[in-house]
Amino acid sequence: MEDRISEEDEYEELADDQKVAIGKWFLLNAPPGQVSQVAKDVREVLMDERLYDQAAKEAFPEYNVKNMISLEMPDGSGQVLLTEFGQLDRSRYLDPRTASVAVVDHVKQVCTEVRPADDEDLPSAYVEGFRFSVDAALMKYVDDAFQGGECSVYCTKGKDVEKSGGEFELTVVICNSSYSPKNFRGGCWQSVWRVLINEELRTATLQGTISVNAHYFEEGNVQLESSRKFNDTVTLQDGKDAGTTIVHVIEHLESVYLSSLEVMVKSLFEVDAVWL
Amino acid sequence: MEAAMDLMRRMPPSLSQQALDSLLALLPAHSSELLSRSDQPLQVAYDEEFDKHYLLCDYNRDGDSYRSPWSSKYKPELEDGVQPSPELRKLEQEANEVFAIYRDQYYEGGISSVYVWEPEDGKGFAACVLIKKDGSDGGDGRRGLLQEGAWDAIHVVEVKEDQERQMGHYCLTSTVMLALTTANRASGPFSLSGSITRQMESDISLEPGHLCNMGRLIEEMESKLRNGLDQVYFGKTKEVVFTLREPLGVMSASSHVGQTLQRMIVNDLAHSR
Repeated sequence: MEDRISEEDEYEELADDQKVAIGKWFLLNAPPGQVSQVAKDVREVLMDERLYDQAAKEAFPEYNVKNMISLEMPDGSGQVLLTEFGQLDRSRYLDPRTASVAVVDHVKQVCTEVRPADDEDLPSAYVEGFRFSVDAALMKYVDDAFQGGECSVYCTKGKDVEKSGGEFELTVVICNSSYSPKNFRGGCWQSVWRVLINEELRTATLQGTISVNAHYFEEGNVQLESSRKFNDTVTLQDGKDAGTTIVHVIEHLESVYLSSLEVMVKSLFEVDAVWL
Repeated sequence: MEAAMDLMRRMPPSLSQQALDSLLALLPAHSSELLSRSDQPLQVAYDEEFDKHYLLCDYNRDGDSYRSPWSSKYKPELEDGVQPSPELRKLEQEANEVFAIYRDQYYEGGISSVYVWEPEDGKGFAACVLIKKDGSDGGDGRRGLLQEGAWDAIHVVEVKEDQERQMGHYCLTSTVMLALTTANRASGPFSLSGSITRQMESDISLEPGHLCNMGRLIEEMESKLRNGLDQVYFGKTKEVVFTLREPLGVMSASSHVGQTLQRMIVNDLAHSR
């Protein structure tokens, strides 16, 4: 508890770029829903508006995409999800559902403008048929299972493919983040499913990653972090909607993951009890 | 400074060491306060003279040196480092021996350290009892489930004596930091980490002596904490996950692989125990 101040104890001042790096690190690691409070704190500890602005300018674009922030589109057509799959450039993001491009101000976390997308950014009508079908089934699933969650379906490979023209890939994204200080909790669920569709073989091959982060902070501070990869293949049957089939698999695997989390925590505690 | 403490509270527990290091670099003038107000996993030092390990905290720190509870010497060496009074040092030595036994009984290993000091108002005394246990691969190798399992307990007790009534007033504040990570490769990375804090106050007769009273209080507290951990780590975090994604009832898979996968995961976990 003692402190010594001697002549040799000169506080080493950090260089500007080191301070900006620290500010950026705090912003990037802000938990779901808390970035504005973290920003306020960072501003204070940096004690220099100029340095804060630099840190914010560098951190927010990365933060927004990493956390799949959704922003209200000014034309009232809904929310646009900011993800790497829809990123056209540093400030423009595609919303496949409305076939429009949203222009965003990352630091203010606001969508400033919406324009219709160029044809070259959109998939062929053939691919769009599948994308639309998956999106429709997905919205219903997300509505049922994720309170407040957002989702989107992108065509990430083979967007110009026509019927019998080969494979194409759709990427399904689900993001649900929440922060409730009065309940002392917060967290985020993110799933990214790469769906490779081969209409000739009538298969959809899925590769998914689900990541969960849960935070509870009453009389303490506890965090659960987990992620898991899944692989599966499903047959697309004639007369059965492809979107429904694909989303059904996603729903099942995500449910399996949810129950495995419960088992995981429980088993950790049984081990814990032994050595404690 | 308050902004710094707020940042510490908001950062995820797994990043709290890095967060503290960054703030110390950014605000060197506040390092003393930052160190005393943040809970970090306990670091370990080695006392060559006694061939024993000891734990580091703000209460045995003087500048950049830390005092061993065994030799009472500072490392790195300090000529005139702060020392407890001879009376308190005697209590401290006894406490270290008693809690070493307690620790062995309950934890079957681990490291413990007790530091005693006189509080600023000069009334009574204060003590902190630190326990650190690493239950990872080494200790639990045969189970193979835990990749990392670290338990750090910090108990700070303030004692005031009422000599007339022969009663002691004990105020205990305890924090347990727990970090659990699974090594089960098939299920992907999984970690539960963080801390919980509880407080207890009690008026006890001075007859059994301070060590006995403190020992009993801490024992009671650790059991409370153990239950709290169960509730919080297991119960509450599960609740949080369920608010993000609701369990939708059992669905039959439309693909053969989905069902096989479910069986595999359950078997995986059952066999790795």
